[in-house]
Amino acid sequence: MDYSFILQQIVFGLTLGCLYSLVAIGYTMVYGVLRLINFAHGDLLMVSAYLAFYGIVIFHLPWPVGFGLAIALTAVLGILIDRGAYKPIRRSPRISALITAIGVSFLLENLALVVIGARPKAFPEPAVFVGVLETGTLRIPYMSFWVLGVTAVLLAAVLVVVRRTRIGMAMRALSRDMETVRLMGIDIDRVISFTFVLGSALAAAGGIMWCLRDPPLDPFLGVMPGLKAFVAAVLGGIGSVTGAALGGLLLGLSEVLIVAVKPEWSGFKDAVAFSLLITILLTRPTGIVGEELPD
Amino acid sequence: MVRICSLAWIILMVVGGPLWAAEPVLIGALLCTTGQEAAELGQKGLDGIRTAHKMQPTVLGRPVELKFADTKSDKAEAANAVARLLDKDKVAVVIGDMISSTSIAASAVAEGKGIPMVSPTATNPNVTAGRKFVFRVCFIDPLQGHVGAGIAKETLKANTAALIYDIAQDYCVGLAKFFEDSFTKGGGKIVAKAYYKSGDRDFRAQLSSIKAANPDLIYAPIYSTSCALVAKQAKELGIKAPILAGDALHTQEFVELGGKDVEGILFTDHFHKNMIHNELGKKFLAQYTKDVGKELEDSYTAMGADAYFLVLDAITRAGSTDPKKIRDAIVATKNFDGISGKLSMNPDGNPSKSMVINKVQDGKFVYVKTVEP
Repeated sequence: MDYSFILQQIVFGLTLGCLYSLVAIGYTMVYGVLRLINFAHGDLLMVSAYLAFYGIVIFHLPWPVGFGLAIALTAVLGILIDRGAYKPIRRSPRISALITAIGVSFLLENLALVVIGARPKAFPEPAVFVGVLETGTLRIPYMSFWVLGVTAVLLAAVLVVVRRTRIGMAMRALSRDMETVRLMGIDIDRVISFTFVLGSALAAAGGIMWCLRDPPLDPFLGVMPGLKAFVAAVLGGIGSVTGAALGGLLLGLSEVLIVAVKPEWSGFKDAVAFSLLITILLTRPTGIVGEELPD
Repeated sequence: MVRICSLAWIILMVVGGPLWAAEPVLIGALLCTTGQEAAELGQKGLDGIRTAHKMQPTVLGRPVELKFADTKSDKAEAANAVARLLDKDKVAVVIGDMISSTSIAASAVAEGKGIPMVSPTATNPNVTAGRKFVFRVCFIDPLQGHVGAGIAKETLKANTAALIYDIAQDYCVGLAKFFEDSFTKGGGKIVAKAYYKSGDRDFRAQLSSIKAANPDLIYAPIYSTSCALVAKQAKELGIKAPILAGDALHTQEFVELGGKDVEGILFTDHFHKNMIHNELGKKFLAQYTKDVGKELEDSYTAMGADAYFLVLDAITRAGSTDPKKIRDAIVATKNFDGISGKLSMNPDGNPSKSMVINKVQDGKFVYVKTVEP
């Protein structure tokens, strides 16, 4: 158990953590605004990965166009899900919306199963993402740099939008009191749609990077990352963007380090993640950062 | 006149119908065509059974009708699916499943109802252990682990090995254990063990601990998509040790996903298309290419077809669709000449059959040799 071994694991843990963070931010923003746990969020990962796959493999788009288009279309799908499934029951009890979210999740998974089929597909890997940087005994895949870089940029962008723009202000206000915001003459539906666009686009970016890193595509690929990102969002304090980012990193690091230090526990790493969820809910339900979007 | 004619026609249909439209023989196809880890195996098995059905659509002068049920690669779903085939569809015999964990779950139900079940590729010994009505057309894992350990020692000159496997799959856990037993008995040493659970895609932490142990070989008795990822991530980590695997790799997806990172991987297997020697096999290849539109590139299609041909052979010899008689005919199978080679059934439900060693070379599966039991 030497120093470079641990350093190597930290690199892997941060990479995984960044991917969890990207997905967790979408969860947390929708929760912050609507008080809805959008369980269909994880499946957007799968949708974006398939869209990117079809763009590049079937329509032969260059990868930046293919990925950009996949992210844009997933963001549109985010709005459609909100308009189709959540908006009609906005005034119903929260539990109805939660169950609808689970329904949408199953719908997306099984639709993909029927339309695309269950055989795993190989995700295209453009050359810029392939390769490993070797420094001494440390080996850092180029993909790790991409994941860290893209996550940092997107996280910064989201924080600027939430804290510095008018629409961000509206989102924060909405998370406090929907009725008052409505009385102030703010178009609530537009703000909610924007929240879904932002969250879905982040999940789409996460999904594409997830598949670039570990390529097989299958209709259920979003399920586990979705659940883990939910754990990360709760861990950080659901409703808080920085909390979700922190929670994701913490979860990714702890998962990887547990397996590296105690290899005989590696079959139970999901159990560790979910035990963490239970512990947090019991001891500090508001998470590391606390509820509410940051002011 | 029209009325009389149509009346006569109706009477003819009602009375005479059964005379020319013989009652179909129902055969269940219980396969993991969706779900985690093994969906591609189930789909290929189904392709094989359907192609075989096209080649031999009748038995005892009656048409064969296939009833399909999906196990979703899940034990609980497998028990439900087989119960549906037996209770609702009333099949005379069940073919399936491709993987061990679902086959074990389903075999308990089939045994309880006294309906014979024939698995194409479930290799875990527990599938047939202590069961009178459950059979398979493939070798079993104690032998596969033993042959694997032999290749590790003799071909790959490994003295130490690391294991990586899926703790949620009976196949992986069983085969890893049989390899370990045989490898350590032969003087080898297992220096690292790493586990994961079905659906995991990131094995880097596990592989790091394997790398730290510096084994001569990694034995990976796991399903094809996971194995392709293990190979990719091992290369990424700079692990030089070769990977040896079991019979769950021979799919097109494996080479597509793994690309150049899976080059040179050796594995024990059931079949390679180059070993086809009989008329049945040649006809099957032609029919498959015609139906599916591409060359046969895997082993599960052929194994699914072999299970179908064996079942039809048994029904013919039994001269009846009574499950008990079919069961007795399957046990009595001697020198059945299938696509994947000659097979004689033993009383314990496992056949005596040769094993194939295949290798990935230039993005294709290459036949290396055949090992007799």
